[in-house]
Amino acid sequence: MEITYALAIGVLTGSGVWLLLRPRTFQVIMGLSLLSYAVNLFIFGMGRIMEGGAPIIDTLKQIDPSLYDDPVPQALVLTAIVIGFATTALFLVVLLASRGLTGTDHVDGDESEP
Amino acid sequence: MSLAWLVILPFAGSLCAAFVPSHARNAAAWLAGTVAVACIALGIQFYPQIAEGEVVRATFQWAPAVGLDFKLRMDGFAWLFAMLVTVMGALVILYARYYMAAQDPVPRFFSFFLAFMGAMLGVVLSGNLIQLVVFWELTSLTSFMLIAYWYHRSDARRGARMALTVTATGGLCLLAGMLILGRIVGSYDLDVVLASGNLVRAHSWYLPALILIALGALTKSAQFPFHFWLPHAMAAPTPVSVYLHSATMVKAGVFLLVRLWPVLAGTEAWFWIIGSAGLFSLVLGAYAAIFQQDMKGVLAYSTISHLGLITLLLGLNSTLALIAAIFHIMNHATFKASLFMAAGMVDHETGTRDLSRLSGLYRAMPITATLAVVGAASMAGVPLFNGFLSKEMFFAETTFVSGNVITRIGLPTMAVIWGTFSVAYSLRFILQVFFGPAAKDLPKKPHEPPRWMLLPSGLLVTACLVVGMFPATIEPYLDIASRSVLGPGIPFHSLAVWHGLNLPLIMSLLAMAGGVALYRALGKYQQGTAVVPLINRFDGQSIFQFLLKKLESFAGTLTRCLSTERLQVQLLLLICAVFASALIPFSNGGLPAGNQPVAPVHPAFALMWLVGGACAIGAATQAKYHRLAALSLSGGAGLATCMTFAWFSSPDLALTQLIVEVVTLVLLLLGLRWLPPRYKSVDDKVVPLQTRLRARTRRLRDMALALVAGASLSALSYAVLTRQAGEGISNFFLENSLPLAGGSNVVNVILVDFRGFDTLGEITVLGIVALTVFALLRRFRPAPESMGLPVQQQVQDAQIPGWTPDPRALLPEGPMMLPGVLVQLLLPISGMVAVFFLLRGHNEPGGGFVGGLIVATAVILQYLVGGTAWAESRTRIFPQYWISAGLLCAAGAGLSAWLVSRPFLSAMAWHARLPVIGEVHLSTVLLFDLGVFLLVIGATVLILVALAHQSRRGHRKPATAHEEPEAAVPAATPRVAEITADLAQPHPISHAWAPAPAPKEG
Repeated sequence: MEITYALAIGVLTGSGVWLLLRPRTFQVIMGLSLLSYAVNLFIFGMGRIMEGGAPIIDTLKQIDPSLYDDPVPQALVLTAIVIGFATTALFLVVLLASRGLTGTDHVDGDESEP
Repeated sequence: MSLAWLVILPFAGSLCAAFVPSHARNAAAWLAGTVAVACIALGIQFYPQIAEGEVVRATFQWAPAVGLDFKLRMDGFAWLFAMLVTVMGALVILYARYYMAAQDPVPRFFSFFLAFMGAMLGVVLSGNLIQLVVFWELTSLTSFMLIAYWYHRSDARRGARMALTVTATGGLCLLAGMLILGRIVGSYDLDVVLASGNLVRAHSWYLPALILIALGALTKSAQFPFHFWLPHAMAAPTPVSVYLHSATMVKAGVFLLVRLWPVLAGTEAWFWIIGSAGLFSLVLGAYAAIFQQDMKGVLAYSTISHLGLITLLLGLNSTLALIAAIFHIMNHATFKASLFMAAGMVDHETGTRDLSRLSGLYRAMPITATLAVVGAASMAGVPLFNGFLSKEMFFAETTFVSGNVITRIGLPTMAVIWGTFSVAYSLRFILQVFFGPAAKDLPKKPHEPPRWMLLPSGLLVTACLVVGMFPATIEPYLDIASRSVLGPGIPFHSLAVWHGLNLPLIMSLLAMAGGVALYRALGKYQQGTAVVPLINRFDGQSIFQFLLKKLESFAGTLTRCLSTERLQVQLLLLICAVFASALIPFSNGGLPAGNQPVAPVHPAFALMWLVGGACAIGAATQAKYHRLAALSLSGGAGLATCMTFAWFSSPDLALTQLIVEVVTLVLLLLGLRWLPPRYKSVDDKVVPLQTRLRARTRRLRDMALALVAGASLSALSYAVLTRQAGEGISNFFLENSLPLAGGSNVVNVILVDFRGFDTLGEITVLGIVALTVFALLRRFRPAPESMGLPVQQQVQDAQIPGWTPDPRALLPEGPMMLPGVLVQLLLPISGMVAVFFLLRGHNEPGGGFVGGLIVATAVILQYLVGGTAWAESRTRIFPQYWISAGLLCAAGAGLSAWLVSRPFLSAMAWHARLPVIGEVHLSTVLLFDLGVFLLVIGATVLILVALAHQSRRGHRKPATAHEEPEAAVPAATPRVAEITADLAQPHPISHAWAPAPAPKEG
């Protein structure tokens, strides 16, 4: 399981980094989106992966932390997902405005790159 | 305690004056005058103590951790200076009341004026070096405001900027010097510093400290070679010049030199640095003053010269010279202030200060003329006026200087030359303006100014005469001040008009005769020219401008060298930096061996990620030319991520990821509408071969980097996953979630309770982003290529010719009618589901984030299915209210803890038994989560709807009436067009998607 998980992160990171370095704004926004999947999975993986251990305490049993998955990375990633949405929205609007103002979708707003 | 009032009162008065209506000239003047008089009274009240030789102190804790106290300290010298500041302040306030025109915003003037007075008193009374520098810089800032008071005039702005640049730079040097001095002594307390003169002078860091402190003092006192800002500061209103540029601010520099005299003076370095700066200013200032055409220009250069005299006296390392310097500080303040006032009155009554236009004013303004003559006589050092006394003392000091022949002979010679020059410019100042034939073409018909305006000048002139004729009156005050600087054993000195026929008197007579001769000799030459012979080329101002320009271009070059504007390069560097930082932990020893058992791969999971990975790679290859495909493929990868969260026991993340995935997809789809497509065939034709080759190499490089990044993050993840987790804080949350916070969903408890403050910050960011998106879209200009209707819509319209849907219909017409019924049914259901998720969030997967996103999705579905026009004709959601309600809810939940004296965001719960309903459990945590819920709804809906609304703006052609002028505005002034468009739309925020002006073409 771990190897699949790690490979998935690798593929997402590779695709994300590749797109991040492209010159077109839409490529960059896609790249950020893929890279944020990778990073979220990575952070989530820092709590180690575990099946059937959702951190929802069984009120009938004695509390035993080893039965549950680590909740801290989960809380962090939950925040990251929502903020990721907000930044995507902001970037999208800036991208559209830049396309309208400069007439190009190059990330520098200037087609005459060296 | 009352010592503090001396500093607090002016600042409090300044604050009050700022709130006085801008036309209330008298109210502001009364306020300022009362404050100044109160300060004088406070000062006088200290006199008995000060006269006993006591030092009054008041200490307040400031930063005890670093051994800093806010300390006020008043000894004889500080008292004398404080009286100078307050008495002059009161006189200038009276003068300014009549000088300022009714249409000037006078309260602003008095507000800055009082703030300056407070800062100046702070400098004078500081008992701590750092505190002194703080007040010092405050005087620079307030003087900037005062010089630029008439900010509509470019000379005022330029003069203020120059004064600030020079004096504030000097202030920074002073800070550095004070830090060194404090380090040498081991304390910043002025009392301790003053007592350790020998230690300081013997220290190896003495010279750097001296140079830095001298830079601060010399820039402030406009001493050569930093003197050039003072003449340009004459663009200030005359009361400012009277107060700042004759009596107080420029005196701050010499004040500091006197203050630190016991510590720093007495060395060769002091003599050469301070003495030579003083000597140059003394002679060059007087020389340049002869050739000025502006009355205030003459006075400004004369001030430089007289401050040079004080500086030179201080530089002579003689105690008698120090007493003379303190005496001259007072004398110069009285006669120069009265002369500035006279210049202001002439300007006020005739409309000009130009010496070549003014003539024979004594007929029209006899009182002003008399006052000016007395002031000028004192400035020239004529016997029986106070200027004479300190000048004699100066002459006497120059003859006592020991050393080689050059200083022994040169210094007295220079003194006589200076005396000659000052007699010449004083004569010219008086004879040109007030005597001779009456001037004809003056802008105004001259007459005597109001009585109250003459009074301050009259009082000052009286002081000049009294001190000049009966020097014994000033003797005790001078004695107190000198004693406080020099200690009890001050040398014998006597102030007397007649010392017998001695060398200084002969020098005075020589200078006077020379001055008259020089004035006669120059005669015609001075008319109509402001060129100063010989030194005209060495203009401080042009050097200053040149240096500024060089500095600017250097900064520009440095920025270009050190950074790039190209995003790709920046991102590349960023990724490399992340790599480098990730490698650091590996450098010492690498990882311990893996110790965790590895779970066998589940085929379904592997298959899912086979698809997910393919989707990610597909999105990477398609994002340039096939955006929709890339978007869908990236969604595939997102779903795989979401499933992974669900697989590995994280239902909350899976839920959130799923809904965010939907919302992001809708968002990007809405955005794609405004992004004109790229065509591969066109690109290939346009781009030349060379560029394509370069692009290919870059792609190879990026490909390599992407592969390395992916592989290493894979390896790192695998390495982490196969090793035991360290002891973290997670167990705390798992163990305490239920007993402490009463919730069994630990993730939700962390978000809304344990780490509620983080969440509060996060939702605030979300709200800000939403408002920013909205603001950016209000002035949105889409690409011209995307202005028309999309192809699909054109095709659809062509199929049903002449069909225009009615936005007010109950259901969307046409093919979307059935889905329209469904989504309308879905709206209340989704609302219920959202509330369900919200309420159960504390114990089961769910919570405010998920609930809010569900509602937002349901709302945007209405738009998707019914069309923007149809949806907007029936919804009035006002998302900005939801955002603010959410923030208020969350913050209110946090603040409510204060009601029971618990820290911010402490959770509180109530158990109550209600009739019928039964047992109820209420908690502020639920209120907080409700805030999150509301804010997420508001922010998400605002973002999506603002974007969706653009489709309605795009179809409107710019043809309606009020948009005509906008189209007519030339392209060069888009700001104006935007502002007028802004004004044309009265209520920008309340109609998030009300029709805004159509985007401009091109």
